Amino acid sequence: MTPVADKLNAQDWDALSMQLYSKTAKDVEQALMRPKRTLEDFMALVSPAAEPYVAQMSALADQLTRQRFGYTMGLFVPLYLSNLCANECTYCGFSMSNRIKRTTLTLDQIKQEAAAIKAMGFNQLLLVTGEHETKVGMHYFCEVVTYLKTQFDYVMMEVQPLSTCDYETLHQAGVNAVLVYQETYQRRAYARYHLRGNKQDFDWRLQTPDRLGQAKMDKIGVAALLGLNDWRTDSVMTALHVQLLQQHYWRSRYVIGFPRLRPCEGSENSTTSGQFISSRQLVQLICAHRLLHPYVELSLSTRESQAFRDHASAFGITSMSAGSSTQPGGYSNTTKALAQFDTNDTRSPDEVAQALVAKGIAPVWSDWLQGFRS
Amino acid sequence: MLNIAETQFSSRLFTGTGKFANTHIMQQAIGASRSQMVTLAMKRVEHHDELKKIKDNTVEALRALDVQLLPNTSGAKTAEEAVYAAHLSQELLGTPWVKLEIHPDTRYLLPDPIETLKAATQLVAEGFVVLPYCHADPVLCKRLEEAGCAAVMPLAAPIGSNRGLLTREFLQIIIEQAHIPVVVDAGIGKPSEATAIMEMGADAVLINSAIASASNPCAMAGAFAQAVETGRIAYESGLGRIHFNALPTSPADTFLEQL
Repeated sequence: MTPVADKLNAQDWDALSMQLYSKTAKDVEQALMRPKRTLEDFMALVSPAAEPYVAQMSALADQLTRQRFGYTMGLFVPLYLSNLCANECTYCGFSMSNRIKRTTLTLDQIKQEAAAIKAMGFNQLLLVTGEHETKVGMHYFCEVVTYLKTQFDYVMMEVQPLSTCDYETLHQAGVNAVLVYQETYQRRAYARYHLRGNKQDFDWRLQTPDRLGQAKMDKIGVAALLGLNDWRTDSVMTALHVQLLQQHYWRSRYVIGFPRLRPCEGSENSTTSGQFISSRQLVQLICAHRLLHPYVELSLSTRESQAFRDHASAFGITSMSAGSSTQPGGYSNTTKALAQFDTNDTRSPDEVAQALVAKGIAPVWSDWLQGFRS
Repeated sequence: MLNIAETQFSSRLFTGTGKFANTHIMQQAIGASRSQMVTLAMKRVEHHDELKKIKDNTVEALRALDVQLLPNTSGAKTAEEAVYAAHLSQELLGTPWVKLEIHPDTRYLLPDPIETLKAATQLVAEGFVVLPYCHADPVLCKRLEEAGCAAVMPLAAPIGSNRGLLTREFLQIIIEQAHIPVVVDAGIGKPSEATAIMEMGADAVLINSAIASASNPCAMAGAFAQAVETGRIAYESGLGRIHFNALPTSPADTFLEQL
């Protein structure tokens, strides 16, 4: 049973796209006025017609964010466990055909990484791997999570899609959140970018949040990789995805990510240049999500610049990574494995926290208890 | 004076610690509110699990204010998790007081009445002073009272919504029937709304978002302090009845007096 994915599959991408590109300034103004907004309003807010209204959108997004989240920002850090990958994705530095040094951290190495991360102040951790079922699979995840839960209260994962049963096992082991980004919601474009490996299975990936909801995961993350395809249409699908998930799996919380393509080794920039999302458009998109879902966590990585991230709370961002190293082992020593992508904001977590405080935003390092397991 | 579990409170305004931009503003605002009971989420308290020690600025700031700490179980989705959080708070903060919050609904953070009653029953049996956050459901409030809760904390509107007394009619029934203090929690956005519910006879109100998300939290805290005091004085002074028609002197008054 995958009711949410079924409803997403029933959408007509081209019709949705036409609908959003035909939105007018009047539609945008109406969307701004409404106390509660619909997906139609969201379309207006991400349409080109809304570009002159970004300042107004930001003012409203700021108000809604303060009301629900207050003057706070959750901070977490990614821990890259492995860059092994059995997929071929044209945009990613981990792709199997890239001739880079591959590594998977051993438990001892993970302990060193955990100690280095604890020293930075974090209590919320995001585990990231490439997708390699046999070498970086359930056995490895369970062993790693069992150890890391002794060190961190909140553990999130960004790994290959797994079965409901595996998610239940990981949930039992202490995983609190899983992020699986669809990259693009358009089947034919998805096929163009994913050339080999299990990731070619569009449906298995699209159905992942259904399985996570059924496994009663506390938090589920969705996103489109901005820049792969028309970001506006992909974002409407993302927004709809969250709405449907909230209806079906009401015990879970949702987080929307805003990864946008940045240069990395082996990527074909030519395939993405037409869909580039500008920084101003990214602000528009973040605000549009906040105006549609006042209660959803919106998250930003260190892919974005220092200046952008320092202002992000005012657009609606409520959590961010900081001090990230995107290469396995990067916190405790400098290994030669290659990074998934280059970070842009390279400040230390402490510097990021201080910049937030200077903007009147309190960093939140802890927001969970070990004993919360449901 | 308000009396909960044999503790006296001269202020009927309870406050919280969430959503403030920093500990200093929080401390100033709570000071300005004159509140003597402050709730804080255990999930936000930074502590060493192994050492069972707290290293948390918020807790230190509250201890400096000399207020009754009311740890809450926010984040718990089940009775079991809430009981866990209560045990942790007793261990780390050394208080049996707990505000029971169980909200599996992640959007509106509405409390789960079934899990709340279950957890309240267990925690009361263990000797906790339990103040459950609950729906403005008069029957549920009676059940929580029977379970031995020290007070009930029915909601005025969804948490953080600032929408005011949406549940007014039911709060009225709860106040009328309760033999334990009724602390109206969640959703009150304006001082005038706090006055209104205090005039209706609520024993106290808990205000967090309306203070913490104000442009000037300190000034807003002061405004709420006055509003709550005003409402209480009005309630104790006996409000005049509301009439929908003028009440003229009866033409038969003189005759009636002779009877």
